[in-house]
Amino acid sequence: MTIESAAQAAYLVAALLFILALAGLSKHETAKAGNSYGMAGMALALVATIALTIDQGTDALGMILIGVAMVVGAAIGLWRARVVEMTGMPELIAILHSFVGLAAVLVGWNGYLLVEGDPEGAEAKLLEAAGTLGIHHAEVFIGVFIGAVTFTGSIVAFLKLSARIKSAPLMLPGKNALNIGALVVFLGLTVWFCIDQQLWLLVAVTVIALLLGWHLVASIGGGDMPVVVSMLNSYSGWAAAASGFLLGNDLLIVTGALVGSSGAYLSYIMCRAMNRSFISVIAGGFGIEAGPAEDKDYGEHREVNAEQVAELLTNAKSVIITPGYGMAVAQAQYGVADLTRKLRDAGVTVRFGIHPVAGRLPGHMNVLLAEAKVPYDIVLEMDEINDDFSDTDVVLVIGANDTVNPAAEDDPTSPIAGMPVLKVWEASNVIVFKRSMASGYAGVQNPLFFRENSAMLFGDAKDRVEDILRAL
Amino acid sequence: MIIGVLREARPAETRAAATPATVTQLLKLGYSVIVEQGAGDRAGFSDAAFVEAGAEVGDPTGADILFGVNAPSAEQLDRIRRGTTLVSLMAPGLNPDLVDDMARRGITALAMDAVPRISRAQSLDVLSSMANIAGYRAVIEAANVFGRFFTGQVTAAGKVPPAKILVVGAGVAGLAAIGAAGSMGAIVRATDPRPEVADQVESLGGEYLAVKAADVEVSSTGYAKEMSDDYNARAAALYAEQCTDVDIIITTALIPGRPAPKLITAEMVASMKPGSVLVDLAAANGGNIEGTVAGEVVRTANGVTIIGYTDLAGRLAAQASQLYGTNLVNLMKLMTPGKDGVLVLDWDDVVQRGITVARDGEVAWPPPAVQVSAAPAPAAVAAPAVVEPKKKASPGRRFTMIGIGAALLLVLVAAAPVSLRVHLTVFALAIVIGYYVIGNVHHALHTPLMSVTNAISGIIVVGALLQIGTADPTIRVLSFVAVLLASINVFGGFAVTRRMLSMFSRS
Repeated sequence: MTIESAAQAAYLVAALLFILALAGLSKHETAKAGNSYGMAGMALALVATIALTIDQGTDALGMILIGVAMVVGAAIGLWRARVVEMTGMPELIAILHSFVGLAAVLVGWNGYLLVEGDPEGAEAKLLEAAGTLGIHHAEVFIGVFIGAVTFTGSIVAFLKLSARIKSAPLMLPGKNALNIGALVVFLGLTVWFCIDQQLWLLVAVTVIALLLGWHLVASIGGGDMPVVVSMLNSYSGWAAAASGFLLGNDLLIVTGALVGSSGAYLSYIMCRAMNRSFISVIAGGFGIEAGPAEDKDYGEHREVNAEQVAELLTNAKSVIITPGYGMAVAQAQYGVADLTRKLRDAGVTVRFGIHPVAGRLPGHMNVLLAEAKVPYDIVLEMDEINDDFSDTDVVLVIGANDTVNPAAEDDPTSPIAGMPVLKVWEASNVIVFKRSMASGYAGVQNPLFFRENSAMLFGDAKDRVEDILRAL
Repeated sequence: MIIGVLREARPAETRAAATPATVTQLLKLGYSVIVEQGAGDRAGFSDAAFVEAGAEVGDPTGADILFGVNAPSAEQLDRIRRGTTLVSLMAPGLNPDLVDDMARRGITALAMDAVPRISRAQSLDVLSSMANIAGYRAVIEAANVFGRFFTGQVTAAGKVPPAKILVVGAGVAGLAAIGAAGSMGAIVRATDPRPEVADQVESLGGEYLAVKAADVEVSSTGYAKEMSDDYNARAAALYAEQCTDVDIIITTALIPGRPAPKLITAEMVASMKPGSVLVDLAAANGGNIEGTVAGEVVRTANGVTIIGYTDLAGRLAAQASQLYGTNLVNLMKLMTPGKDGVLVLDWDDVVQRGITVARDGEVAWPPPAVQVSAAPAPAAVAAPAVVEPKKKASPGRRFTMIGIGAALLLVLVAAAPVSLRVHLTVFALAIVIGYYVIGNVHHALHTPLMSVTNAISGIIVVGALLQIGTADPTIRVLSFVAVLLASINVFGGFAVTRRMLSMFSRS
């Protein structure tokens, strides 16, 4: 048994551990074990790889570089993981995706420098002998392309999520043509590069991919961010897989493919929850059809104050809270959790109804509520709770809008028609926490606000929840 | 302005139109108050208590505004001067002569029992506040006569079955009766022609018995109305069935301005168990029960007691006076916009218009109809959602597509060199595993799943590690950066997942 074969075996075990990690993450009971499997797999893979590099005769400087890079990287990573606010989770994940993308670009470039940039070198000779040199050319290109798209795409997602740039979709004329054009040029350049390995071709493809990634995500609106983040997750997987092909490393291929396909499936679940075509979201399609808000008269809305809501809640038997991104923005989850505890102690049944795309990240609301120590067994998914609204006394809509819009069901002309929504309006009373009467991300007015059984509680969700707590 | 509080002329009336507590509130609105001697005696409020609250005791008939519980007697009316505003219960629909008389005398008459049933006027609604008391008291009266416990008990001395109570009519009185009886431990059932009250009945712990009939009532006034013959026949069958089962029946069915409907016949009463009790809250208007005598308690041949008190609210005099007095205070608040003790009658306000039965020598009854907001909106026009069915590829076509795809893949892989072929195999299988492995992920775990896959995709560090050993300094620098970035991912991703997962807890 050589170091080489031992490393291969370790890779196989690591790949299996990663599969166990993903499988474990699908249930609460096994989630922690799943995370541990993932860490074990990663540790094994790292040890095996470092052993391999030593075996290949890496000099002391190389080892120092590895040590320094990993220690610094680990320090930064652990620090960010410790201090990140749970509301800032989407941003963190987006920026982490961009790191994978950038790393993939660098690995691709290294692949070029190692082989194509040095045609007389040992590596190139080796590939030549195996007859896979041409394939290597293509692999470099594909790896760099996917990595660069992931990189800039994630950067834009990060900027949008952290509100550093406007989250409204960018509308360039002929945007679909631009996207497809970029792909066609990429294919053309790949063929060209396979014939003639010029450095400028690699530079060109990198630039094109960077621009494409930027444009793709820039033209997707903030409301679609859950899909975008999980799509970028998928991309980062494909980028790793492409690097695996480039380096002939099965562990990278397996892991990349796992992450890539699971991320794609997750995005698909998200899209189905919004009743939207996967393709149109990826291509930045939504929002175009949403014409200017029409001047329909919905009637008048009713306002309530915190004391009245508190009274309503004390007299209720069953309460459902449907949070949305507004709760995250206002950091109201702790107040909401306190409210939940108080009401539950008073014998009121309190449950949460979570729309699959509430927030800016799949499962965002669950993480926030978990952070505030809301027990997860009262946090239910849309399908689990949608039939119960009719038996509910009070629904608190906290910072959600499009996900509770009855127009999705009643109005076939609405831009969000057909999107499954939480049927909050079937409850006896609906209290909507909102900063103003502005429409949600989809730019659609919400007839819920004008229903007879709904009332608006204006102001910052956190302040209002605290007012209610005081009045209880 | 001065508010005068009349001593009730009817000997049976125990309530007063003001209590010391409401006097204080009236003073705050800028009025001064004169209470007739002994006005609060029967409700338990002495003259001294009124004086202590800031009122004078004396002759109120000279006041600008007069408060009474019932309409004044003829003798009292003679003493009232023109231009006085009189506020009391008047039943203007049943007493047109009284209304005419007051109009002739130039009295502005405000009938507290004519408050329209709109949300804004709830604080003035005497009928509701009195009905609430009457419903409660009806249960107390029934319990007083009923020879057993309400609640079921298992004791050393044997087992006691719970009392079964049927409440007919789930208006305010009915609901109050349901609540009171339920809290005493009885099994409570209720009927009402308005199906929308079912939830209210259940919210108070009662069981709603629906009458299965074709015509579902939609009331536009908030009160019940007379039902069709078909409905009545089915309801009678329901009552007949219930009479043999329940121990106590409380009837509260009233239709404004009409005699009370006869719901429980003599045969039904005869079919009840000895010791059963019936309380008829509609006794004053003729009664819902055959055999009710207004104001009396009747015992039938088979040992069933029928209580026909018409003064149930008055039997809780202090409470009734307080609620009625508060209703009057709320009316004064509405009609004293300046809080300066000056009464302003706003004819454009539907509430004030609704209760005014006589003004400036003219009869103002009946007022124009007020549409109660509780009326259901017209049924939404069912817009047939013309959703174009998604073009599902026919099976044949799908097979062809899959076939072409498979063939392309086959050619591609077959043409590939050995090493690539192995990689492609691994790649394809891993994709399938990735798809299935998260197929039924719990929705709450989407974020941790994403951060863990993110950490795992940091595996690209392996690629960079393998490249760092090369001598080329450029490659070294690039790999160094790549290792650093990927390490952030690996460590950060796992750590943050751990942090998130530790927060998920079960209740």
